[in-house]
Amino acid sequence: MNAPLRRVGLVVMVLFGLLFANLNWIQAYKADDYRNSDYNGRVQVAEYERKRGNIEAGGTALAVSKETDGELEYLRTYPGGAKYAHAIGYKPVNLADTGIEEAENAFLAGTSDQLIGDRLRDLVTGDETAGANVLLTISKQAQDVAYEQLRENRKGVSKGAAIALDPRTGAIQALVSMPSFDPNPLASHDSDEATAAYNELQQNPDGPLKNRALGEVLPPGSTFKIVMAAAALENGVTQDTKIPAGPSWTPPTSGEPIGNAAPSICPEAEVTLMNAVTESCNTGFAQLGVRLGADTLKEKARQFGFEQDDLTVGRLGEDGESVAASRTGSMENADGSVDPAALAQSSIGQRDVRMTPLQGALIAATVANDGSQMRPYLVSQILGADRTTNYYTAEPDELRQPVGDQVAADLREMMESVVQNGTGRNARISGYTVGGKTGTAQAGPDTPDHGWFIGFALDKDGNPVSAVCVLLEEAGDGGSAEAARIAGQIMQAAIASPGSR
Amino acid sequence: MTAAATSTSPPTSRGGQSGVRLARSRRNAELSLLLLAMVLVAAYGAMVEASVLDTVTPSFWVPAAALSAVFLGLHVAIRFLAPFADPALLPAVALLNGLGVGFLHRLDLARATPSERAELATFAGTGGRQLAWTLISVALAAGLLAVVRDHRSISRYAYTLGLAGIVLVMIPAVLPPSISEINGAKLWIRVGGLSIQPGEFAKLALLAFFAYYLVRKREVLSLASRRFLGVDFPRGRDLGPVVVVWLISLLVLVFEKDLGTSLLYFGMFVATLYIATERVSWLLIGLVLFFGGAYLAYVLGDMIGGPFANFYLRANIWLDPFADPYNNGYQLVQGLLALGSGGMFGAGPGAGQPLKLPEVQNDFIFAGLGEEIGLFGLSALLVVYLLIVERGLRAALAVHDSFGKLLAGGLAFTLGLQVFVIVGGISGLIPLTGQTTPFLSAGGSSLMANWLLIAILLRISDAARRPVTGGGSPSARPTGGPPEQLHGAPTEVIRP
Repeated sequence: MNAPLRRVGLVVMVLFGLLFANLNWIQAYKADDYRNSDYNGRVQVAEYERKRGNIEAGGTALAVSKETDGELEYLRTYPGGAKYAHAIGYKPVNLADTGIEEAENAFLAGTSDQLIGDRLRDLVTGDETAGANVLLTISKQAQDVAYEQLRENRKGVSKGAAIALDPRTGAIQALVSMPSFDPNPLASHDSDEATAAYNELQQNPDGPLKNRALGEVLPPGSTFKIVMAAAALENGVTQDTKIPAGPSWTPPTSGEPIGNAAPSICPEAEVTLMNAVTESCNTGFAQLGVRLGADTLKEKARQFGFEQDDLTVGRLGEDGESVAASRTGSMENADGSVDPAALAQSSIGQRDVRMTPLQGALIAATVANDGSQMRPYLVSQILGADRTTNYYTAEPDELRQPVGDQVAADLREMMESVVQNGTGRNARISGYTVGGKTGTAQAGPDTPDHGWFIGFALDKDGNPVSAVCVLLEEAGDGGSAEAARIAGQIMQAAIASPGSR
Repeated sequence: MTAAATSTSPPTSRGGQSGVRLARSRRNAELSLLLLAMVLVAAYGAMVEASVLDTVTPSFWVPAAALSAVFLGLHVAIRFLAPFADPALLPAVALLNGLGVGFLHRLDLARATPSERAELATFAGTGGRQLAWTLISVALAAGLLAVVRDHRSISRYAYTLGLAGIVLVMIPAVLPPSISEINGAKLWIRVGGLSIQPGEFAKLALLAFFAYYLVRKREVLSLASRRFLGVDFPRGRDLGPVVVVWLISLLVLVFEKDLGTSLLYFGMFVATLYIATERVSWLLIGLVLFFGGAYLAYVLGDMIGGPFANFYLRANIWLDPFADPYNNGYQLVQGLLALGSGGMFGAGPGAGQPLKLPEVQNDFIFAGLGEEIGLFGLSALLVVYLLIVERGLRAALAVHDSFGKLLAGGLAFTLGLQVFVIVGGISGLIPLTGQTTPFLSAGGSSLMANWLLIAILLRISDAARRPVTGGGSPSARPTGGPPEQLHGAPTEVIRP
């Protein structure tokens, strides 16, 4: 019986050899695949072993990690709740990160190459130094006002956005998207709770997860007339040049007449450009657009930032949250020739023209900042866990120069006139010069109009201190006036906030 | 050969202890190896504490010391009861058992909140229970060594054991699922808070019966045959017992929903059959029957479901674990991820996340360990298992009687096969089945049964290595006393 016993011994050797070979396959060859697999919860546990850095604004912590007793050592909490949800994003355990939490993950989580010093020290001391802290440009006061005013807008609108920035730097002062959401349940360590909260938000028809300030594109309506006015000023028209207007105008080849918002607006045959902007004269700008041509219009819009599809808002020079591209859309017939009717409607910000609230604010900021458009950003500083090591300080950067000094000055005057004498009176702030432009965009046959306001505020020395865009979706009549009122409030708060110069 | 069952003669070589010791007992080697194993277990405990608690508590050595005391007790018992037993078996098993206790204690630490960790007593939690089970199991093993002074006396109870084995196998299948089913496998008897896995003991009982039966039948099974395609096939009527065992194992597969146990019983039987008859044809028949049966169960599971559905599902999970990673494939996927996360070197004792694994204290303990000790650590554990199995086979080779050869060979092979089934299962080599990992998994039944298995191997290896009065090395001695004549040498002569 010894021969078969030896063979059985051999069989066992072979079986163990198979086990060994298979373990090699799994633990050596496939190890990286399994280690980084989406199904592998270890990635997260390891991530939660180190205290994540804070996200702060104006000395207030907006995202903090708190120690827990559970398997994941730190719980991400958002003391600011819904107010800052879109400004900072959120960091769930299993779902995708968003906003600043996503863009600055390397610093917050402490995995950035720049934090190598902390990591080396950890190796020696055995501690886990927390991740770096990200300081935002958000002004607490402006954000408070933007959030409260949007939420309690007098039109009872449930969807909208507001964004304010410093025209001289591009630093974002307030960023609100409505409706908002509480990010705390999403960060829950109970994955069922987090998923349930996420699904509920996801299924909400108002889309609370969407960051409307950066991602919503809607027809800009009359706010687009600032772009048109800039094109006109560069093509031989001055503030005082009389342009054809009238109570109604029908573009050639199209039976659809373009009218004005009220009979009292530019019924005369000709108005000055100044008046056309101040009163928001549709017939004047429709004819102006057809005269200037589609190419001029599109080029000017592109120079203001339309068509850019790779803009991000976060840290300058780094990735941040993506901004949807604003578009001028098609103005051509099927055969490629320009359709004057489409061009005329596009000239007053209708048809296929689409704009994000950020783009609106950038237009106002450009005008306020002598034609120089600063790159918008949210991250002002990154401080190490010790709060003394500075890893990054924002150095404002010009994004583009859509218009020259003189054109900007003319546009400024016209926008100031809108707030002084025209449709934007609600935006006035005592002691400051405010300019702006309202917009009422037709949304569709059975949908109330969207109300827009873009504007800026100059201090008594003429320095721009804030530019803002407020959007109230489907607000109906008077939406743009309410938007102007909210914009004025936000800018006032931004001016009053300690950080502003 | 029929006399084997009635052999009542005392062990021949009892006087050998006081006689000329040509073969050394090597008990001191066993002691040194055992102490080395315990040092490793203590070091493992310290590393776990350093990693989980960030400090090594002053009492880190207590579990290792308790284990050492238990194993040293067995060592002393062996000195008196089986002085010539294989010296590598006890230290190897003690190492596995000690690491098992250490890992289970590590799981308790991970489950406890930081404030509870400091007060976790030595005998608390899964690790503490396992420590207590170890004490009981080792005491049972020593008891077995004391009661069974000659392994051949086991053969006297062969039929009783065979019947007991079948009953033990059948109990969970017959009992309602509420008592017998855990995680889809009906392998348990749950009474109160206690879960007993009768299959673990049935394994030993059945094997004793197989060994006895085959020793009696080996001539007829090996000689009476028909030649077909160059292979000698047995006669139809001799196939009876094989078919019966095959049916039993298939019934286990279907009614206890457990491929592993089924594979274990059948593999055990085919291996002993092959050892007894030296006929390759039995292996072929066995393999064809098993794989044919498994394939049939798979096809039936696909077509009619019912009792075959579980097997069909498990086979599909094995074929593509990531097809349903959160439900059906969850266990296997998590096992693979744990092993992969450990990689070559592992996260280090205590530095992994074993709680991510379902059933980490039972079926998946090898994956949990693999995450922390890596490929190198697991390979070392496999080598230790292989050492135990090969030592058991060596005892089978050296012992003189056929019953002892079959019993030791069968037990050693079964142990190896069980390791293969569970480790292969959790690493995706074969379909996953609910087997315990010998000496590592939490649970009294498995630990007791496997320690009894080791006790039998110790007993047989003692008989194999024991010098005989009257000189001559055991292997050179042609024939000894009456038992050898009855059991051993002559049977070797029959087969040309």
